[in-house]
Amino acid sequence: MSATAAQVQRKTLPGFRLTMGFTLLYLVLIVIVPLSGLFGKTKALGLGELVASLSQPRVLAAFKLSLGAAIVAAIIDSVAGLLIAWVLVRYTFFGKRIIEALIDIPLALPTAVAGIALTTAYSENGVIGRHFAAHGIQVAFTQLGVTVALVFVGLPFAVRAVQPVLADIEIELEEAASSLGATRGQIFRRVTFPLVLPAIVSGGAQAFARAVGEYGSVVFISGNMPMKTEIVPLLIVTKLEQYDYAGATALAATMLLLSLGMLILLHRLQGAIQVGGHP
Amino acid sequence: MKTNVRRRFTWLTWTVLGLVALAAGVLAIVFRSDNALAGDGSLLNVSYDPTRELYQDYNSAFAKYWKGKSGQNISVRQSHGGSGKQARSVIDGLEADVVTLALAYDIQEIAERTKLLPDNWQSRLPNNSAPYTSTIVFLVRKGNPRGIKDWPDLIKPGTVVVTPSPKTSGGARWNYLAAWGWALKQNGGNEAAARDYVTKLYKNVPVLDSGARGATITFVKHGIGHVLIAWENEALLAINEMGKDNFEIVAPPQTILAEPPVAILDKNVDKHGTRAAAEEYVRYLYSEEGQDIAAKHYYRPRNAAVFAKHASRFPNVQTFTIDDLFGGWNKAQKTHFADGAIFDQIYQPK
Repeated sequence: MSATAAQVQRKTLPGFRLTMGFTLLYLVLIVIVPLSGLFGKTKALGLGELVASLSQPRVLAAFKLSLGAAIVAAIIDSVAGLLIAWVLVRYTFFGKRIIEALIDIPLALPTAVAGIALTTAYSENGVIGRHFAAHGIQVAFTQLGVTVALVFVGLPFAVRAVQPVLADIEIELEEAASSLGATRGQIFRRVTFPLVLPAIVSGGAQAFARAVGEYGSVVFISGNMPMKTEIVPLLIVTKLEQYDYAGATALAATMLLLSLGMLILLHRLQGAIQVGGHP
Repeated sequence: MKTNVRRRFTWLTWTVLGLVALAAGVLAIVFRSDNALAGDGSLLNVSYDPTRELYQDYNSAFAKYWKGKSGQNISVRQSHGGSGKQARSVIDGLEADVVTLALAYDIQEIAERTKLLPDNWQSRLPNNSAPYTSTIVFLVRKGNPRGIKDWPDLIKPGTVVVTPSPKTSGGARWNYLAAWGWALKQNGGNEAAARDYVTKLYKNVPVLDSGARGATITFVKHGIGHVLIAWENEALLAINEMGKDNFEIVAPPQTILAEPPVAILDKNVDKHGTRAAAEEYVRYLYSEEGQDIAAKHYYRPRNAAVFAKHASRFPNVQTFTIDDLFGGWNKAQKTHFADGAIFDQIYQPK
């Protein structure tokens, strides 16, 4: 039944062939061809060499940091993103528009500028860093610093994914819950949160995807210490600096596959929540 | 109501289409004039970061000179970035007429991978094709609180040294080789002594920036470290821009002669019909005027007379070259900076 409905719908969509043709052409030109070039260059390495170059301890440590810090950053962004979106959707206050604009700054700013600014603020004598340093916590040039940079670049995704969904929730649902005697905490836990959860996950996934490949803002704050604060994109640049195109693309392709896998997983998770979440 | 919406919609559509057409027109004009220039006498000089101001000056001087000599108007376009990154752009097809990079190694890779210029390119111009030189010096904080005067002072326990990673920065490779070369030359020193010295040196490096400018920022703005190992021209620039009151330059008595080379890309200039202008462009760097401009931008001129004129800004140092001690860039690169080579072996943070 639903299948036929979908079919009918598909037929009635005007210009399907034209738009689909454009979609495919666009994807091929912009995404698929350039990325398959990536795998093409990797082929210059044999499988043995590929495994050997990927299993060096230094490379493994970089993968651990890049993926680990990206996951942590995505989680922090998801929580912070929900709170920020909540404030922006539910309340009106003076300066709201300025805050709205501030959120998108990480998207507009060249990442290297962000990196230098973050490093300046979080280094031992920086405005923020000195307060941490007073308690013996070093932020810049540590894994913590890397995470801070990744939180920074991912935040807009987390906020912007949740915001429209939160705005769309009908206030009647919450009012109904309230009239049935639910406390505010209960309303949030049982009504609002399940509705925005898929959006939170999707925002988190976007923040993660952005963070995994982030280079510009991280190189400045990480200090680039082998085994400790070296991220995968830096290793790729290192290989390119030696004109080792095959080695660089091997890393890049692995990273691409890993993040593609993660994204598919998160999409599934999001789908599962959505199906389960609706009554 | 409905017609109103539709009308607004068509109006919007026309506006968008109009804007797109306008943008396309502008692009077409820009690209056409670009190509027209290429036929008319235009060179593309692909260079690295710290030469931006130098070549701005030099290009206008050269244009004047070339106009007088050939009657042709010439405009030189510049491209700047990390030296290795710039070389890769050329390898990937950026049609430069002239390359002026930080290391001979980068130009050698272009020659090997693209055959745009012959393998013997470095012998085509005087002085290893390096019209100006620089050396590696130390930048310390005002008053030189730790009394840093020479290379041994850098490996004293507790001294914090800032230098970028030689794995990602061409400039940092000069820093590393300067340290290695100095140690190698001490009391009939040997490889083991040099390796020991450099290992101790990098133990004192808490942060490896990816490029020279990043390292300068770490030292100057973030206040990290007691000493920054830097190119002389970068250090002089930093001092003049960020205050003589805060920093001092210390020139070690013995250091490396950094020779940033220049070359024309034969296949590209023949294709563009710009050979005559390109050849004169690199040759004129050796002229008195070219040397003078280099000196003004803190590069050491090769011409003795011009050097004497600017001698006050360049401290007297004894220098050694890559060819003397390391057998050229290719060899140095393989022995020291390739994956798993000496730098990777010695630099393991605790």
